[in-house]
Amino acid sequence: MASDSNSSESQRIAQQRLRIIAGHLQKHKDDDSGTIATECKAEANKGTVPRKRQEIMKWNGWGYSDSKFLFNKKGQAEFTGKRYRLSGMVLPSLQDWFENTFGASVNHKSPATPALNASAVPPASLNEAFVEDLKATGIPFSHEAEDRVFRAHGHCLHEIFALREGKKFERVPDMVVWPNCHNDVVKIVELACKHNVCLIPYGGGTSVTSALECPPEETRCIVSLDTSQMNRILWIDEKNLVAHVEAGIIGQDLERLLNESGYCTGHEPDSMEFSSLGGWVATRASGMKKNVYGNIEDLVIHLKVVTPRGVIEKSCQGPRMSTGPDIHHFILGSEGTLGVVTEVTMKIRPIPEYQKYGSVVFPNFEAGVACLREVAKQRCAPASIRLMDNEQFQFGHALKPQVSSIFTNFVEGLKKFYITKFKGFDPHQLVVATLLFEGDRERVLQHEKQVYDIAATFGGLAAGEDNGQRGYILTFVIAYLRDLGMDYYVVAESFETSVPWDSLCFSLLLSFFRVLDLCRNVKERINRECKERGVQFQPLTSCRVTQTYDAGACVYFYFAFNYRGLADPVHTYERVEHAAREEILANGGSLSHHHGVGKLRKEWMKESISSLGVGMLQSVKDYVDPDNIFGNRNLL
Amino acid sequence: HPHQATQMSNYCLNILVFVTLQQRDPMLKRDCFEDILEERRNSSDLKYALRCYAPVLYKGVTPCKANMLKNIVLQSDQLHYVINQVSQESGEAPDIIQEEASVILEEMAHRLQISTVRCFAFALSKAFKTLFQHVCVNEEGIQRLQQAIQEHPVVLLPSHRSYMDFLLMSYILYTYDLALPVIAAGMDFMGMKFVGEMLRMSGAFFIRRSFGGDKLYWAVFSEYVKTMLRNGFAPIEFFLEGTRSRTCKSLTPKLGLLNIVIEPFFKGEVFDVNLVPVSISYERILEESLYARELLGVPKPKESTSGLLKARRILSEDYGSIHVYFGQPVSVRSLAQGKVNRSTYNLFPRHIPRKPMEETQSFVNDTAYRIVRLQEDNMVLKPWVLMASLLLQNLEGLELSVLTEQTVWLRGLALSYAAFLDWPAPTAKVVSSSLALHRGLACVSGDRVSLVVGEPLGPVTPEEALFNRAVSVLSCASYRNQVLHVFLRPAMLAVAMLHLSDEVYNCFSFLWDMFSNDFILCPGDTVQDFEEACYLLVKTGAVQMPQQDIVMTDIGQPTLSFFNGLLEPFLQGYQVVCRYLCEEASEGLTEKQYIPAVRSFAVKLILAGNLRCYEVLSSDMQKNALAALLRMDAVRKVKNRMISHINQTPISPSLSLVAVAEDLYRDGLTPSYIR
Repeated sequence: MASDSNSSESQRIAQQRLRIIAGHLQKHKDDDSGTIATECKAEANKGTVPRKRQEIMKWNGWGYSDSKFLFNKKGQAEFTGKRYRLSGMVLPSLQDWFENTFGASVNHKSPATPALNASAVPPASLNEAFVEDLKATGIPFSHEAEDRVFRAHGHCLHEIFALREGKKFERVPDMVVWPNCHNDVVKIVELACKHNVCLIPYGGGTSVTSALECPPEETRCIVSLDTSQMNRILWIDEKNLVAHVEAGIIGQDLERLLNESGYCTGHEPDSMEFSSLGGWVATRASGMKKNVYGNIEDLVIHLKVVTPRGVIEKSCQGPRMSTGPDIHHFILGSEGTLGVVTEVTMKIRPIPEYQKYGSVVFPNFEAGVACLREVAKQRCAPASIRLMDNEQFQFGHALKPQVSSIFTNFVEGLKKFYITKFKGFDPHQLVVATLLFEGDRERVLQHEKQVYDIAATFGGLAAGEDNGQRGYILTFVIAYLRDLGMDYYVVAESFETSVPWDSLCFSLLLSFFRVLDLCRNVKERINRECKERGVQFQPLTSCRVTQTYDAGACVYFYFAFNYRGLADPVHTYERVEHAAREEILANGGSLSHHHGVGKLRKEWMKESISSLGVGMLQSVKDYVDPDNIFGNRNLL
Repeated sequence: HPHQATQMSNYCLNILVFVTLQQRDPMLKRDCFEDILEERRNSSDLKYALRCYAPVLYKGVTPCKANMLKNIVLQSDQLHYVINQVSQESGEAPDIIQEEASVILEEMAHRLQISTVRCFAFALSKAFKTLFQHVCVNEEGIQRLQQAIQEHPVVLLPSHRSYMDFLLMSYILYTYDLALPVIAAGMDFMGMKFVGEMLRMSGAFFIRRSFGGDKLYWAVFSEYVKTMLRNGFAPIEFFLEGTRSRTCKSLTPKLGLLNIVIEPFFKGEVFDVNLVPVSISYERILEESLYARELLGVPKPKESTSGLLKARRILSEDYGSIHVYFGQPVSVRSLAQGKVNRSTYNLFPRHIPRKPMEETQSFVNDTAYRIVRLQEDNMVLKPWVLMASLLLQNLEGLELSVLTEQTVWLRGLALSYAAFLDWPAPTAKVVSSSLALHRGLACVSGDRVSLVVGEPLGPVTPEEALFNRAVSVLSCASYRNQVLHVFLRPAMLAVAMLHLSDEVYNCFSFLWDMFSNDFILCPGDTVQDFEEACYLLVKTGAVQMPQQDIVMTDIGQPTLSFFNGLLEPFLQGYQVVCRYLCEEASEGLTEKQYIPAVRSFAVKLILAGNLRCYEVLSSDMQKNALAALLRMDAVRKVKNRMISHINQTPISPSLSLVAVAEDLYRDGLTPSYIR
């Protein structure tokens, strides 16, 4: 009996784990653990990302080529492929939501250019001497148009829009190299210095800050250094709970491989399917479960970075040091301007025994924010707690798959009736907080109760696991949805900030928050700017509080509009986003919480960190990379 | 250098001035008026007072009960912070301070009740119909206001000429089914117990006239106002001028309340704040002769209920019509664009009170001046205003036909300067009806029109006769003053041309500076105003500007001399003050002694036949002159005592104040130049 219940328990846990992974990650079958320190090139590549990324991924949109949203012949939305929970499902309410929200129509298509026109790609200007020396090292490289264009952009709206429209890129990398290990990188950087070649590190390619864009004024040969083949876990140290990993590994592979040994990093940025460890370090990434595991800067124990001056690394792996300013912090957030992160030692944790989603409905956004603040104050935030505004709540609902059972339908209806009619929540005001608890079962249940009790004091009603999980699904498919929007004249983008709470609560009915003020003002500014710039349709502006801290919160905005009737939608979009950022800064928000600065937000750096601060960063850059080999021109 | 300045101004004259004029002056698109009394005369007042009143509110906010509002204020972090601070400084327990705060709030807070408003609506309907011929409102302005109220918190900023103003405002808003405002009123009303409470229940909240260093008072007050604004419970109304203008000139704005209502925008607590300037113009002011007496040193009667009842006799008179113009809402956000960096507010907790930064202060100051100018621009001017200006330049009286003819001429001039004239009938008719309405001020005997001088009962001393005459002149001046904002800039240029024709710009800028306590001259606008003056004088053909000179044209004489006459009382007033300070003032003159002393100095001059200008007796002008001299550092205040520097202090390299004073004194009154 005992062993039986044990095994069913472990089975349950295993299922749970499977669900986590299968929920938003690609399923993988064949793989051995890579827990032994390996020699360069000793092993074939086992990662998800092939050298020719375009073989499995879209060249002009988000994610896998086989997964996309489309409106079928009946006008119903479908998500193709087999990779996700939503894959193969029909989403009956999406069309209505889409048409009503944007004033768009499934009959008005704005299809993308079907294939890359290789002749529109600027010819590669190669540094012959560099190529000769590189050949001698045996490191693979390419100067095919598809490879080069793939690495000429991130996922900013203007970049994807240009690809879809078949517009010519002004500057793309002249060649791509695929180092297999740290030593390869050392060789490449040495050669780049020797031949004065510009290097741009390329990890997952998920940047949304124009960080991967090649500076048009760059006249040297630009080499994209693709880290995707450096994707092994070199060792796991269970005694100290750290793992030493090559920095090109992407999130889903890292998590999958660690899971096989019973561990996880717990670092789950929304882009984790595609973004890489090195990219996280270079942008100061943040994961949704940072309340338990910390942000990337809390997770990193040791870094190996190849710069034009040589390799930077610390001499030990002590958990904390007082050895002057932490040199890791020159690297964390350096956005590829100083060198390439090749290896990272990071913290790992045993896979949690139990995981549970949850959700709470609040009568309005104010009450929700007040609750999140209280949760943060009591330091009892679950692994993840997010508050979606009403727009996003409705958006999430539009993604509900077709319900087969009449019973579920009935229950849903009953729930809706209870909340809106019985409890008097206004369906156009109510908001939902999604929760994710992790830990041992006992603790999770206790924790859950504590959070629900706090929520109740702010008028929150528990609204079930499904609503919670759906909220997280939205964040993984949102980028796919953007591609759908762009098929029908809708452009969309997201941006984020962090802001102090500054709370002032008088009663349930009356609370003021800087967070709230910022959300309201930014939304209003967007609406106003859109109107002034001739956008014909009411834009969608939506926000959610995605992270809580002792002293503030991270706020994430979605912004989308129907661009029919606009001559240059991307330009309009960019002006509006610019205005929104000014509004954020004026309201006490930061330039970025985790997306980074790239080239998109460079103009505000001085204002953000003072000109002295910029000078300090500049002097580090000047010392480490005097010839601007890492010439992506981000940040400064 | 003056020539350079003139040259420069010439250079950009046509472009810049035209643009700014057009921006500032919505003359081309002023709205039409509707008489709201008309309906009152044709339907039941009772029904009107009891009708359904359901105004649209700010983004559908639910109105907040007065008590709830008080609780919010008393529990606010802002107030708690100050309470703790005061408690630490004074050693009193926080509870006691909290109690004090609650007493202050009790004394201050409004208790808006719709029933009281309905009572007022009924009573005022009756009163207005007896007192006034028309109460005209621009309905488009009302529509704009209605829109604005829904979008962002609204601050109503009416001009202040009469006690009537805020009752009138609430009455109009009630009539148009708009949200009733809460109104900042001076504490002096509370002297009248019953009326005070009535006003409180119709939305007035009361603030002490001065509470200098009282931190707690300030905290309660500002939090009270901000709470109302942030939540958009009701439009907030206050008078930028701070008090009723006894002279009918706009007063230089007070910034305290404006700072308070703008701050929530800078702190990001609201997306925007709409400032709505409202211009209320009375054809005849209820307090007309009361004001004149007050200016002449008869203290204003303390507000008391019985005093107000005595005022009942007022009800038997005709006060003509009122025009209320609701201006275009001004978005603080748009005004502040590029002028104030809001992110500087981000490094301080929002509940800790802070002095506004310099950048903010100058923005608020600038905004206040712009709003007052907008008020001025939309003031409806009645024909009598022009006639009063003419009569004051002809104290001995003039022929009715001449007056009519000159009124026609002046109307043309005023119109070409974008004055907002209400000219309901042909001029001859308008002149006679104006004279009828203002028969207490001007009379027609035979064919001659002249100022009425109050008939003394029994024998009078020369001082008493002088005083009676001064009352008429000051009453009349209060009408002329209404048109000054239209003519001020060209008039200053005309004076400058007359006195220092080779340094016109310098002289203009000197006058501009000196008069900036008396008139609404936006800080820093000297050059722009100069250009505007040039533009207007050139436009009406009074001057030409060949190269860098400014020259009077053949037909310019009447205009320029009218303008000189217009400003003459002010020039004389300032000269008398300067002379007094140079010749008579003893060292150690206190502020308190100053006004009576100048007054008796002026009386002496008039009685001796050395001065013909009665306006010098106005305490308003005396105060402004002193303030100007203090500001220009010609006089210094040391522990409440004035020390004159007029003789020693050079004001500018080429123009010392005394030189100008002497100069103006010598030549300024050349009778030949005055019509």
